[in-house]
Amino acid sequence: MKESVILEVKDLYVNFRGESVLSNISFSLKKGYALAIVGPNGAGKSTLFRALLGLVPYRGTISWEKGVKIGYVPQKLAVERDLPLSVHEFLGFRGRDPEIAEAFNAVGIHDDSLRDRQLGALSGGELQRVLVAFAIMGNPDVLLFDEPVAGIDLGGEETIYNLLLRLHKEKGLTIVLISHDLDVVYRYADEVLCLNKKLVCFGRPEEALTSESLKKLYGDSALFHHTHKQI
Amino acid sequence: MIFPFLDTTMLLGITTSVFVGVAAGYLGSFMVLRRMALVGDALSHVALPGIALALLFNVNPFLGAFFFLFIAVVAIWAIEEKTNLPTEALVGVFFTFSLAIGVLLTPEPELLEALFGDVSDVAFFDALLAVVFSLLILSTAFWLEKDLLISTISRDLAESAKVKVKRSNLLFLLLVALVVALGVKVVGTLLMGALVILPAVAARNMALRFRGFSLLSAAFGALSAVLGGGIAAVYNLPPGPIIVLVAAAFFFVSLAFRRA
Repeated sequence: MKESVILEVKDLYVNFRGESVLSNISFSLKKGYALAIVGPNGAGKSTLFRALLGLVPYRGTISWEKGVKIGYVPQKLAVERDLPLSVHEFLGFRGRDPEIAEAFNAVGIHDDSLRDRQLGALSGGELQRVLVAFAIMGNPDVLLFDEPVAGIDLGGEETIYNLLLRLHKEKGLTIVLISHDLDVVYRYADEVLCLNKKLVCFGRPEEALTSESLKKLYGDSALFHHTHKQI
Repeated sequence: MIFPFLDTTMLLGITTSVFVGVAAGYLGSFMVLRRMALVGDALSHVALPGIALALLFNVNPFLGAFFFLFIAVVAIWAIEEKTNLPTEALVGVFFTFSLAIGVLLTPEPELLEALFGDVSDVAFFDALLAVVFSLLILSTAFWLEKDLLISTISRDLAESAKVKVKRSNLLFLLLVALVVALGVKVVGTLLMGALVILPAVAARNMALRFRGFSLLSAAFGALSAVLGGGIAAVYNLPPGPIIVLVAAAFFFVSLAFRRA
């Protein structure tokens, strides 16, 4: 694994209507690493993503390695159930049939009939896979993954995190994911960034996620956020 | 055929209605998905003061209508990009304002035609305009299709995929302005919104994919225009309202086909 830096963020500030959403954020990310961003609701996690994608105005510097391609998996889509748009049409915006087939394979969709379903009629887990397929069809070097808060079926043979981990390993993808589940962070991330409008902690999960930083992040209710699920 | 006296004037009328009907239906399919159903309706009223001024200064009403629509659309787009207010609210502001001014300015003899259109009397030049601009609308919208659909699903996703969202939004609104200006001759300013929306909502009830949806919508638009124009000619009724009634009939029939 090369140790070159793919992303360098320095003194990042984002304001919305005069209100500070992110302030004084600095960190860097090495190529091929998996970075998890954690923090309470309203901590500015999605805003940080949008700044990284250049979708919101900011002060400070965000420098991606030259020529880097970014894939983005949004948390949710504004898609009505009966939107007349099939999965095949949606992915067709990104490439032709062989590329769609390849992407399906990469994200572990083996049921070809999914192609003909409507985008809005997919389950949360299916939609997420299709969005990952959409993102990787752009041949990204980095994948930004905004985890949905709830309502994802974890059923099936491979969880979305195993999928990300596999893409991370197989394709050498650098991954930045917003996570609401600290278990996921411990299991899958090389580094973690704790965010609560400011940078609370940054580093390897076992070092950065101290009880002190968790308390700073979630307040005294940190313990409730930290319930362990069986995986 | 249901056209008993198919002369040149009729042919020009039919040609105009078909082309405008197809363009309106196809654009309507995007508008419905973008939750802009009422935008076309409201925008069509903006055309009225333009028509009035064109009549006063003796220029082609289409040009007058388009000029006003163009200004309104650019203003709406600019405000929308700056403030994130929903398009519908903005259009609502322009709409009432324009309608009031338009009704005051339009000379009384022409008011009825401006409000409800008249395809029974289309000049060759107007038919030519309709054909050329309809083809322009169709080809531009087809070229923009991918960008418009991705940004409808998620603006962030579109921008992350390097779609020029601002540009495609502006182009799309301009196409809407163009189709509304063309539709003034067919169904008039008051009813043009219906010709954009009804075919699309009818098609949406029946289609699973965008390709089927947009083709069906365009077909409903054309059929409404031709059948409505024909029925109006046979029974000597004003074509504009009949065309819209036929489009509405397609919608009610489509309800029977609606997928769960």
